Amino acid sequence: MTISEKKENSENRVIMYREALNEAIMEEMKNDDTVFVMGEGVAERGGSYKVTAGLLDEFGKKRVIDTPISEASFTGAGVGAAITGMRPIVEILFIDFTVLIMDQIVNQAAKYKFMTGGKGRVPIVVRTQGGSGNGLAAQHSQSLEAWFYHIPGLKVVMPSTPYDAKGLLKSAIRDDDPVMFIEHKLLYMKKGEVPESEYFIELGRGEIKRKGKDITIISWSNMIPRSLSAAERLAEEGIDVEVIDPRTLVPLDRKLIMDSVKKTRNAVIVQEAVRRGGVASDIASIIQEEAFESLDAPVAIVAGKNTPIPFNLRLEKASIPQEKDIILAVKKTLNFKIG
Amino acid sequence: MSFREFWRDIYKNLYTIRVFEKNCIRLYRQGLIVGYFHPYLGEEAIAVGACAALRSDDYIVSTHRGHGHCIARGGDIRKMLAEVLAKEAGYCYGLGGSMHIADVATGNIGANGIVGGGIPLGIGAGLSISIRGTEQAVVIFFSDGASNNGVFAESLNLAAIWNLPVIFMLENNHYAVSTPIEEASRTEDLYKRAEGYGVFATAIDGNDVKVVYEKTKEALEVCRSGRGPFLVEAKTYRQGGHHVNDPGKYMPREKLDYYMSKDPVQTGRKYLINEGGFSEDEVKRFETEIENEIKEAVEFAKNSPELSEEKYFNEIVI
Ligand SMILES: Cc1ncc(C[n+]2csc(CCOP(=O)(O)OP(=O)(O)O)c2C)c(N)n1
Ligand SMILES: [Mg+2]
Repeated sequence: MTISEKKENSENRVIMYREALNEAIMEEMKNDDTVFVMGEGVAERGGSYKVTAGLLDEFGKKRVIDTPISEASFTGAGVGAAITGMRPIVEILFIDFTVLIMDQIVNQAAKYKFMTGGKGRVPIVVRTQGGSGNGLAAQHSQSLEAWFYHIPGLKVVMPSTPYDAKGLLKSAIRDDDPVMFIEHKLLYMKKGEVPESEYFIELGRGEIKRKGKDITIISWSNMIPRSLSAAERLAEEGIDVEVIDPRTLVPLDRKLIMDSVKKTRNAVIVQEAVRRGGVASDIASIIQEEAFESLDAPVAIVAGKNTPIPFNLRLEKASIPQEKDIILAVKKTLNFKIG
Repeated sequence: MSFREFWRDIYKNLYTIRVFEKNCIRLYRQGLIVGYFHPYLGEEAIAVGACAALRSDDYIVSTHRGHGHCIARGGDIRKMLAEVLAKEAGYCYGLGGSMHIADVATGNIGANGIVGGGIPLGIGAGLSISIRGTEQAVVIFFSDGASNNGVFAESLNLAAIWNLPVIFMLENNHYAVSTPIEEASRTEDLYKRAEGYGVFATAIDGNDVKVVYEKTKEALEVCRSGRGPFLVEAKTYRQGGHHVNDPGKYMPREKLDYYMSKDPVQTGRKYLINEGGFSEDEVKRFETEIENEIKEAVEFAKNSPELSEEKYFNEIVI
């Protein structure tokens, strides 16, 4: 149990990302009887990363459901339950396994509102986690947000802090559309301030994680802490970086991004996912379309290499953006000269 | 092959798997192995019995709990150890690790990080055999958890309608991570699912290597004579948690004790003495030989280099 142990002092209460997620689910399940949780090992075991710990005791087996390893069907069951009046939170252990639920998400959930002329709603949240950094190798380390970003009808949320995780999950659960809620395995133990009083973060509203005037870094999920530490290093050299976290990729807070880029006149996008066909490429094209005259240099992208994630830890590291890669890209962008 | 040689080979594999896993668990605890590591302890008889019945040109499909399958099929211990220690000399240059060992030389189509992911691959191997018209066969290893994934049902049906030479070797260890089979299936006798698809099926004691060997041999005869697929449900139990970091506290003591008393390696040891004619001293010497071989392989793997970044990005990544 995580909630009851918290101190009274709500203002600077510090908790872990996974505890913040747990609180969001607890609160929403208390608030609304139609919210329920389903997935492998979510009940008795409390989830592989302890996000659903304590829920079974609080809400019982009817609303905290352990499933067999039947991802396609239990996700589809979530979609069907959502269509018929429930608000399921379905957990898929690794984003790598979401490829098994693609029909239910892409062809069923994402299309339902459209195909019913807007009358049918699918208020499902699929919680999953991605990313590398643990030596879990090629089938447990991918960053697949672009797959969902590509599909009209889905919302895509990728929180980078405990505060954002809680506020965004609460909004995702109340949202009437299917939401892919993508956590990062390296963030679960990260701590941050989370107020005790209830709050929500609107889907589609990004945040400036660090104010700066020379260049804008746009990134999300576990690339936010990395971009922030790169920004601190660059500050020592007199480069003032603004770091923007859209927090939700769909809907995307274009205004926040454009305002920042128009101010700094330079942009670097950092994503953990492989470069090819990634969200960064799309955001770069949007910036180039909407803020071309403001740019002093081409928009740079720092992304994962186009490779499956290797098991060997050193090579795994070499396959995804590191602080030094971000620093290099920032400097290169600022040194850009035409001709 | 004489009885003596037969049981010698069987026991060699049983004991090698046991010692391999114990060594790897130690290396894991020392921080030398990272990621997920799922030991095959307690299930050795299934891989060893089944593979002993196979021909050298047959195929197997393995799982995330795959070291036993690889060893029983004649895999190279040095390459396996180098792989789990993330070294260049490993099966996959250290890029795959424990869950991604495949061995073309022994027809091991590979371990898999996706539960159930290998089952259709085994159907594909059966299909290629059937198109080529050879007398090869396939053993698909998978566990109770995977049997609840849709691919299992679809694959059973495909194997049935295409009459494929495929053995579904269901290692029912009664758990998918911490979820007991009673909670994931209304019947614990998973072999019964085959009947509805018109597939021959039987349940056996998966801890007795002789039983597994004989039943696999029988099933293979059915397969090779063109009478189609066979499902063998081998009942067994893990001798520990799901992976190295899982203490497995949820496993009831009595049941664990029961299966410990039916330890597959000890059972195999008795066969080696009673049917293979080995003396206790001979077995001990044999065991020391195996232990030394693995010790040597561990040293080799520990001391061998990792793949360089240059080589990785310039030669391997495409
Ligand atoms: C498609 C998929 N879902 C979930 C997982 C996570 N997972 C890894 S092993 C495992 C349990 C597998 O149980 P079972 O098939 O019985 O194999 P066992 O571990 O008993 O050998 C689970 C759920 C996975 N790897 N792949
Ligand atoms: Mg199992």
